[in-house]
Amino acid sequence: MKMGLPQKIWIYFLLILTSALVFFPVLYAFMISFMTGPEIIQGKFFPQTFSFENYTKVFSRLPLMNYLLNSFIVSASVMIGQLIVCSLAAYAFVFLKFKGRDFIFFLFISTMMIPWEATMIPNVFTIRNLDWYNTYQGLTVPFFALAFGTFLLRQHFLTIPKELHEASQIAGLSRFKFFWKVVLPVSKTSLVTLGAYGFLTTWNMYLWPLLITTNQSVRTVQIGLKQLQSQEIATEWGVVMAGVIVVIIPTLLLLFLGQKQLQKGLSKGALK
Amino acid sequence: MKRVELIDVSKSYDKQVDVISNINVTIEPGEFFVLVGPSGCGKSTMLRMIAGLEEITGGTLKIGDKVANNLTPDKRDLSMVFQNYALYPHLSVQQNITFGLDVKRMKKEEQRRKAKEVAAMLGLSDYLDRKPRELSGGQRQRVALARSIVSETPICLMDEPLSNLDAKLRAHMRSEIRRIQRQLGITMIYVTHDQVEAMTMGDRIMILHEGKIQQVGKPIDIYNYPANPFVATFIGSPPMNLAKAEFDKATSELVLGGEIRLPVPMDESGKLPTTTMTVGIRPENLYPVTPETKAEDIFHTTVTNVEILGNETVFSFTIGEEEWMAKWSGQWHIDIGDQLPVRMEFESISIFDGQSGELLKRTVDHGNYVTTKEVQA
Repeated sequence: MKMGLPQKIWIYFLLILTSALVFFPVLYAFMISFMTGPEIIQGKFFPQTFSFENYTKVFSRLPLMNYLLNSFIVSASVMIGQLIVCSLAAYAFVFLKFKGRDFIFFLFISTMMIPWEATMIPNVFTIRNLDWYNTYQGLTVPFFALAFGTFLLRQHFLTIPKELHEASQIAGLSRFKFFWKVVLPVSKTSLVTLGAYGFLTTWNMYLWPLLITTNQSVRTVQIGLKQLQSQEIATEWGVVMAGVIVVIIPTLLLLFLGQKQLQKGLSKGALK
Repeated sequence: MKRVELIDVSKSYDKQVDVISNINVTIEPGEFFVLVGPSGCGKSTMLRMIAGLEEITGGTLKIGDKVANNLTPDKRDLSMVFQNYALYPHLSVQQNITFGLDVKRMKKEEQRRKAKEVAAMLGLSDYLDRKPRELSGGQRQRVALARSIVSETPICLMDEPLSNLDAKLRAHMRSEIRRIQRQLGITMIYVTHDQVEAMTMGDRIMILHEGKIQQVGKPIDIYNYPANPFVATFIGSPPMNLAKAEFDKATSELVLGGEIRLPVPMDESGKLPTTTMTVGIRPENLYPVTPETKAEDIFHTTVTNVEILGNETVFSFTIGEEEWMAKWSGQWHIDIGDQLPVRMEFESISIFDGQSGELLKRTVDHGNYVTTKEVQA
């Protein structure tokens, strides 16, 4: 489609306006993270000087590196755990024939209707009885089985032509080998999507780590941010925002990396 | 090379209605056996039963001398080419070809050598590093073929492998598949709905209709002596002309569609039933009239459609309720609406029983022989 110059200007104006609107909170946080206390109170948008004082403060005041590492470990394990559990479950729902498969799948999916908060209390009891407080497994294991992820992967697996399955049956591939050598590589895009989704939701999780951690050993970064806010009587917003920006960076990185993968579109050309 | 034997094989999905029944056939080692029939006749299901992708609900399947009913597909010693090729989109051509060899724990070098060999045979050498999506339809088809050849199984199954190709390529691949099959001596079971493929490729063909065998035999025998009206119209293009007929004892004549009266020779008249019959005649056995033609062999038609194909002319007319076609060799200047005399001989017609459809009278052998002259010094 060809656009005239005025049209282009108008469209880009709208785009910039809306993106500024959407991005404003993050942008403001970014600006605040460079400001000094008085500047924030004056309600300025641009800092007078870009000083990294707040950043050094946030790292000295909190074991932020430690928290970041914890968050990373927890998010990565949840991501990997979800990928393993969901892909295997989806494989069973698509490629294995067993009685009541569709009914079980329906039951499985219907758990999406139950709000997570409703299951949280029994989960906390389970974790306490397992004595998993302040452990990585306590933070990660409850999130491995994900109905949404199974659904997402199942939908992708369904698009794999059944002839591929049959061809590998004739070639003598075991079920696991077919899963490993054909299904997973062909479904790369969905796996990346689910991985990114799992990582980000875990990274941003607040309530569960708050319940499960009682000391700093495995505490995640989101709780660290909360600590910054309430440690002193007058919150130093500059320091808090510096923390926020540090926490956002991995999220953004992941988004950029994942996006490239998502656009690849691997499954083309399987059939005629 | 292995024999494949089906004894009383049947298949049903709901344990009540058989979609395939009473299949008895032996496919000889090294034979090119074609399963042909209209869509939904159960030919693909039968192939998949042989492959082990579909359960056999009744009867016995023997591969070699072993009963194979409950063997898994990989234990049946066969390879299969699918209609949509079933190439792995994430693997290169070479990896696609050697995919099955990995499972057999063949050494990587050996695999590469074999892949190269087969690729050379099929003209794929330049494409070994490409992904399937970077290939044309014909090339993908060849990769699927290569994958099946490289496995060196004695039996190869093909499920409409050429139906996604254009006409020219299809003709080319037809002869190519046939050549490779002869060269390697594979027992080939080939499913198609295209009667031209069946006629040109098969050593023997089997015609299926509604899950039942209609006829098994050499292509030319099936063409000449179709077992029933279904086979008669399915094989051959244009199809065999059919008409309801009755035998008039008084005049010793066959009455076709209440219109044409065809004299029956004395020695034949005793063999004809008194009930209704279906009479069939191939379009090429309806001839133009020549001065020598006997008057009683001629009938008059009104032309309803004409197709001039260059080397032959096909025109249609109606007999009773049926539309008939005649094929005359050469170019004929015929217009729609023309009154045309056509010659038909009793010896070239096929007669089927009106109820059972069983073939009662065959045509004579129209085949020609080349008389070989002695080589002169």
